[in-house]
Amino acid sequence: MNSRIQKLKQQSLDTKPSISSERAELLTEFYNSDQSKGLSTQVKRAMGFKHILENKAICFNEGELIVGERGPSPSACPTYPEITVHSRKDFEILNTREKTSYSVEESTIKTYEDKILPYWKGDSIRDRLFNQVSEAWKESFAAGVFTEFMEQRAPGHTVLGGNIYQKGMLDFKADIQRSLEGLDFLNDPDAYDKREELKAMDIAAEALIRLAERHREKARDLAAQESDPERKQELEKIADVCAWIPANAPRDFWEALQYYWFVHLGVITELNGWDSFNPGRLDQHLNPFYQKGLENGTLTEEKARELLQAFWVKFNNQPAPPKVGVTAEESGTYTDFALINIGGVKPDGSDAINELSYLILDVIEEMRILQPSSMVQISKKNPDRFLKRALQVVKTGFGQPSIFNTDAIVQELVRQGKSVEDARNGGASGCVEAGAFGKENYTLTGYFNMTKVLEITLHNGVDPLTGKKLGVETGDPRNFSSLEELLDAFQTQIRHFVDIKIEGNSIIERLYAEYIPAPFLSLLIDDCIAKGKDYHDGGPRYNTTYIQGVGLGTISDSLVSIKHNVFDEKNLNMTELLKALDKDFKDQEILRQQFLNKTPKYGNDDDYADDVMRSIFEIYYAAVDGRPNTKGGTYRINLLPTTVHVYFGRMLGATADGRKAHQPLSEGISPVQGSDRTGPTAVIKSAAKIDHIRTGGTLLNQKFNPQLLEDEEGITNLSHLVRSYFSMDGHHIQMNVVTADTLRKAQNNPEQHRDLIVRVAGYSDYFCDLNADLQNEIIARTEHQDI
Amino acid sequence: MESGMLFDIKHYAIHDGPGIRTTLFFKGCPLNCWWCHNPEGISPEPELMFKPNRCLPECSLCVQRCPKNALAKNNGLLFIETSQCRLVGECAKICPTLALEKIGYKLTVAEAMAVVEKDRIFQETSNGGVTFSGGEPLMQPEFLEALLDACRQRGIHTIVDTSGHAPYEILERIRKKVDLFFYDLKLMDENKHREETGISNRLILDNLNKLAQTGSKIQIRIPLIPEVNTSQEEIAAMAEFISSLPGIEEISLLPYHKMGGQKYENLNRPQPHSQAQAPSEEVIREIQSQLEPYGFRIKIGG
Repeated sequence: MNSRIQKLKQQSLDTKPSISSERAELLTEFYNSDQSKGLSTQVKRAMGFKHILENKAICFNEGELIVGERGPSPSACPTYPEITVHSRKDFEILNTREKTSYSVEESTIKTYEDKILPYWKGDSIRDRLFNQVSEAWKESFAAGVFTEFMEQRAPGHTVLGGNIYQKGMLDFKADIQRSLEGLDFLNDPDAYDKREELKAMDIAAEALIRLAERHREKARDLAAQESDPERKQELEKIADVCAWIPANAPRDFWEALQYYWFVHLGVITELNGWDSFNPGRLDQHLNPFYQKGLENGTLTEEKARELLQAFWVKFNNQPAPPKVGVTAEESGTYTDFALINIGGVKPDGSDAINELSYLILDVIEEMRILQPSSMVQISKKNPDRFLKRALQVVKTGFGQPSIFNTDAIVQELVRQGKSVEDARNGGASGCVEAGAFGKENYTLTGYFNMTKVLEITLHNGVDPLTGKKLGVETGDPRNFSSLEELLDAFQTQIRHFVDIKIEGNSIIERLYAEYIPAPFLSLLIDDCIAKGKDYHDGGPRYNTTYIQGVGLGTISDSLVSIKHNVFDEKNLNMTELLKALDKDFKDQEILRQQFLNKTPKYGNDDDYADDVMRSIFEIYYAAVDGRPNTKGGTYRINLLPTTVHVYFGRMLGATADGRKAHQPLSEGISPVQGSDRTGPTAVIKSAAKIDHIRTGGTLLNQKFNPQLLEDEEGITNLSHLVRSYFSMDGHHIQMNVVTADTLRKAQNNPEQHRDLIVRVAGYSDYFCDLNADLQNEIIARTEHQDI
Repeated sequence: MESGMLFDIKHYAIHDGPGIRTTLFFKGCPLNCWWCHNPEGISPEPELMFKPNRCLPECSLCVQRCPKNALAKNNGLLFIETSQCRLVGECAKICPTLALEKIGYKLTVAEAMAVVEKDRIFQETSNGGVTFSGGEPLMQPEFLEALLDACRQRGIHTIVDTSGHAPYEILERIRKKVDLFFYDLKLMDENKHREETGISNRLILDNLNKLAQTGSKIQIRIPLIPEVNTSQEEIAAMAEFISSLPGIEEISLLPYHKMGGQKYENLNRPQPHSQAQAPSEEVIREIQSQLEPYGFRIKIGG
């Protein structure tokens, strides 16, 4: 990493995220102006977007090669009052909270109180949403049965395809013009709506061109004042780049990166979509420019590396728009989940790895920053060299890249009805969500707390934490004589709560379609221009709504424990069990230990437990998959938690797997923390018993101690482990290399880390079973190896 | 059907031969090396292992359950009266925290193969297989042979990790069914060998010689124990002997580590030579460079 990149990276790391009222002020200013009168919602939103891009401060950081910030300065995060209006109290919490705080100036709060709040209060999506959804929805939401993504952020999770590398904004405008000319006001009842949407897209395209022009002007000004000839030349080059793109299709590597970056800024300025935005298959999109540059001598590997690193810093300068309340708890992080994809297959199904794939892995390894996140797609067609290189980066222990199975993703997408080419051009975004890049609106709408529903089932429809009746009466479980009876009752309750969730979604999706069209995002995603329809209103080629099941491990182990201890072994009866759970195992530590240690668990390749997990999967799948959404698309499931398993756990009493009240749930499809005691092969076998192909993504976290990876052989064997999981259709695996810090945590809190295996000497042992001296020695040794 | 006694089965074993392996640890060993990492593998009988840090002070289920009255709880601490214990194992069965564990369990060839086959996909993907280790697998020859046959039938690669101390007829009987032997070599000096391991090395060396003459694939494993076998003379003697054998290409050096001591503590046994230190990296490097001129591939660690 050269000193320029080092400085930019350091600046990015040192800057504390803050709140900027710039965007909210400009938007409100426009909405208050005469210009905004008499316009359709679509055009008004596009004009508002243009007003922001025409008037926002233009920021150039010293030494930058890729330019443009969302806010007036790095890490200055705007607000989106049309989605949620922050109150003084919200800002004060953001400013002072312990985790992921954003500094907020008193003047910002004043501006908000004086100008922003009065205009938007009551009209924001959040206000409308809570006015419109049912009481049952609100109660379930408050009880922690599910969360709602769209109450503070717009539908997101989308990823760009390859179109901008072939088309400039002028080309998009031409497409829009063609679509406008094709409107049939005599036979198409939606012609007016389509015209307004297309006009809005045209304005939005114009707005992005304007943004680039302003950067060009700024670059020229700075170049004129610059005394260092080298920097002067760079600034002139930046000006040239901004003069060509985004109006025209990029001609070289630099232009391609800068073009994407302007588009990225456009999308995240227009709205605060979940998971920001994402260039997707970066090595595929950029490789033609890379090769061309090397051939005609305008680019070197070193220059490409530097530009990519400069590009990386830009992502890190855009922390996630701040969330408050429950929504902050489900994803309390500055990370905005832009997930760069490398590897995978080409549209014809052949191996897609190229030189740039390896170069990008180098960049990931060198940069070691939170954003953007990165993943590798591994197909059976990809060479081992690529997988092993990725694992070497994983070994350095900062959690990137995560590893995905291209062949599973393609099957998942094709099962959902996508064309095989669109599927092969796709990948995963956010955490693990499969999508047809550039052609799909796939919206995650909320996490679903399966274990909470079990708790309600065990109390015949009542939430024991509040005494409120949230579910339906499915019978007193003390009268159940088999697991099947309990599963039947559970199935009824799951269906009940999924219905409540979907009823709410049907309202929320329409609120976005009606009040918050996104014309800029729409013009980028196929086939919004051809259809004349907005991204939020069925414009994309595919429209999928996901509800994410959380806590598969915890609920499986809880039901397995009931099957084993109550029905099969009759160690206790249901009355005794419920009493122990309601009292949070008070004076029942021995019983709790039996549940923890003498009861079969998911994650050990034991069919007794894993079959119960499969039943739960089928119940959840049947309740969600295939149901229609309001956009002409379909509901699907995926299984991932981000950080919501902590919040969901807090909303839940003790569970029959031995978990105490309010403790976190298991995450993703990983086994309960500490319950997988048969090693990684057993975890993988258990996880592979899920039918991944019928999901849109699953998340498996697996801890590894660095000693297992210390030599080439360790990496090779790990690559075989990954290949084995993928040959069983596993969707994703994230390898966390255990650090000295984790070992210290395990030392202080052994119960949560019972599964932690360390290689002691000629053998491996459970870390928590070693005496303190040995533990300390291993911590010291691991520290020595940490990079 | 043949059955035998194991004390552990390890999955994702990546230091016990090529690829991802499943390692079966046979219980019982004719040697009694004080540096043994797996002391629970020495006795051919089941044993009770106790991890006091897991024991719940308020729990006395094991005391109530023991039919021999071999257990007592005093001030929250568990006492095991070894002379009374008949290793019934009821205490371990009931113990809710896994503080008490019965080490050593019988299982049939079919049961063992069912566990091995769970890892089939990993073995196949990685060109791994099964490693029979211990203890000493040759101490249960019928069980071992039946397992080797079962692996052969299923096309699973096999390694037998042995001390070599067994009647040669056993090695002769199984050798064609074994893909690779891991053969331990500890000391050339017979008296010293007897002193450190409890037995003479005569049979071990003879067997190794005979086995090598048959063309069996063998890797030598040398535990490096300071003050036992790390001297230049001892290493030279071993190297001379190994190079006199046909077909041996690789030697693994397994440096002693005092961390094996934890298990002695849990077995309620004094750790022999508890003051012994691990060989320094310098010593290991020296031994490596002393061996390399003989033309062996040298590997450090298992």
